[in-house]
Amino acid sequence: MNPDLFFQYLLAGVTYGFLYAIVAIGFNIIYNTTGIINFAQGEFVMLGGMFAISLNNVLPLPLAIAAAVALTMIIGALLEVIFIRWLKSPSVLRMIIITIGLSIIIRELALHFWGETVYSLPYFIGNELSTITILGAKVSPQVLWVIGVSTIMVTALSLFFRFTSIGQQMRACSSNRLAAQLCGINAKNMVTFSFMLSAGIGALAGCVISPITYTQYDIGPGLAIKGFTVAILGGLGNSMAAVIAGLLLGLIESFSITVIPLAFQEAVSISILLLILFVRPHGLFGRSETASLKEF
Amino acid sequence: MMLKIRNIESGYGKLRVLKRISMHVDSGEIVTIIGANGAGKTTLLYTIAGMIKSSAGDITLLDMPINKVKPEKIVAQGCSLVPEGRQVFATMSVKENLILGGYVRNKRKNYQQRQELDEIYSIFPVLKERENQLAGTLSGGEQQMLAMGRALMAKPKLIMLDEPSTGLAPLIVKNIFKIIIKLRDAGNTVLLVEQNAKAALGIADRGYVLETGKIILQGPAEDLLVNRDVQRAYLGRDVDTDGATCDVV
Ligand SMILES: Nc1ncnc2c1ncn2[C@@H]1O[C@H](COP(=O)(O)OP(=O)(O)OP(=O)(O)O)[C@@H](O)[C@H]1O
Ligand SMILES: [Mg+2]
Repeated sequence: MNPDLFFQYLLAGVTYGFLYAIVAIGFNIIYNTTGIINFAQGEFVMLGGMFAISLNNVLPLPLAIAAAVALTMIIGALLEVIFIRWLKSPSVLRMIIITIGLSIIIRELALHFWGETVYSLPYFIGNELSTITILGAKVSPQVLWVIGVSTIMVTALSLFFRFTSIGQQMRACSSNRLAAQLCGINAKNMVTFSFMLSAGIGALAGCVISPITYTQYDIGPGLAIKGFTVAILGGLGNSMAAVIAGLLLGLIESFSITVIPLAFQEAVSISILLLILFVRPHGLFGRSETASLKEF
Repeated sequence: MMLKIRNIESGYGKLRVLKRISMHVDSGEIVTIIGANGAGKTTLLYTIAGMIKSSAGDITLLDMPINKVKPEKIVAQGCSLVPEGRQVFATMSVKENLILGGYVRNKRKNYQQRQELDEIYSIFPVLKERENQLAGTLSGGEQQMLAMGRALMAKPKLIMLDEPSTGLAPLIVKNIFKIIIKLRDAGNTVLLVEQNAKAALGIADRGYVLETGKIILQGPAEDLLVNRDVQRAYLGRDVDTDGATCDVV
């Protein structure tokens, strides 16, 4: 393989890897406060992109993106308040079925509003032809946007969870919900916040990735499966491991083209998911004892 | 009156655990509730803390009704529970645990986090040494102290302790009971649930005996200590009456 091609695969892998990692972190945030996997996570990515594309018709790009992220966060919060908050100690299975139902509803509504058309945000800088030369290789500036924004998001999130009061309260709820309530923390609000936060990061990722991957009403489930694979690979609930696992999956997918036909690329992540579930259900980095404490 | 409970009923779903319980705690008292396993002691404390809603009766904290109030509001009103089994935030540091304990107060203007932490560290010096250690890696005794310290960070007027001595060595138990006395002497009010009836009655001002969800006996601690029913059921037959804080089985 020539070095230039190698570099292109590498960048593509990293770009998708970050996208998967962000989806996985979205899963993790909600998993940590509720113990459930929110299968509507991929829809947040779709909504972020779609809203920004529509709003960009009337607003400048940065404002459109900010408004799209805010809108998606509001939707995330509303979904939680309307469909989950009032349930009295619901079973994990029931909550998961609710999130699957929500993902279907959101998708159908998106189909209704935006149709089957494939949309895309404009490139943040330049267009699909502009490139920047790094180490002799040509790179689309949008790829740098994806990598940069993702890195900032991941860093900001870990600072948020460590140093802000709300972040600490959310961690407290995931560590021990009962004790958190006895400390005067409103655990239900923390669950709502976790939906908002997951929706927000998903939507932002959906915006920066849109120029490269395009946005369509039904991109959610595919992303959810990739994100879920990554979340499981890293060990559920572990966001830093999700970044590593995301990059791993992105790179495996991207380099798989050199050995298997492109048509099978989608099968790669499913195969990894099944393999991990059979062999190391607690993830590459988790310990089996802690995994068995969780609800599934 | 710090806490007044009148005819409360409470339980889990259809299971009625507490059957018309009435009791009270005056300001500055240590009151203990003793009873066998499954008597409903924990259920009573959870009901006061708002984690379980009572189906009948009323509970007032400093004359404010709290039986319909959410648990997090009850903490803000000055009633903290140190739950059975410690329940520390295992994946967070000792310091973070304490800071979260002060959460209901850190919105107020006069809240000085450093100073409040130091106050807790002066009561439990071992926590200072472990400040940055993860709570889940502390020993049982240290976790109990952390759970108490965390509750104290909220500056509660009434602190409720659910079996603080469970699983701890006699020396540590003695230490924890000393601290409870200190807390009372500093003006706190304590509601103490204990299996270790002798030790609890030894430091308490008054006591209640709970049996299958009903209060069957109440009175000054020294009276309960010499009560024949109490001695037979909770203190073992050959009671020696010298020290208050030796363990009883
Ligand atoms: N979450 C629950 N769901 C259903 N029943 C419960 C629950 N918790 C406790 N119980 C039942 O309520 C009764 C009282 O339990 P509780 O925990 O209040 O007893 P306790 O006096 O604290 O006992 P111990 O000394 O063992 O801590 C028991 O019969 C118990 O089985
Ligand atoms: Mg109990």
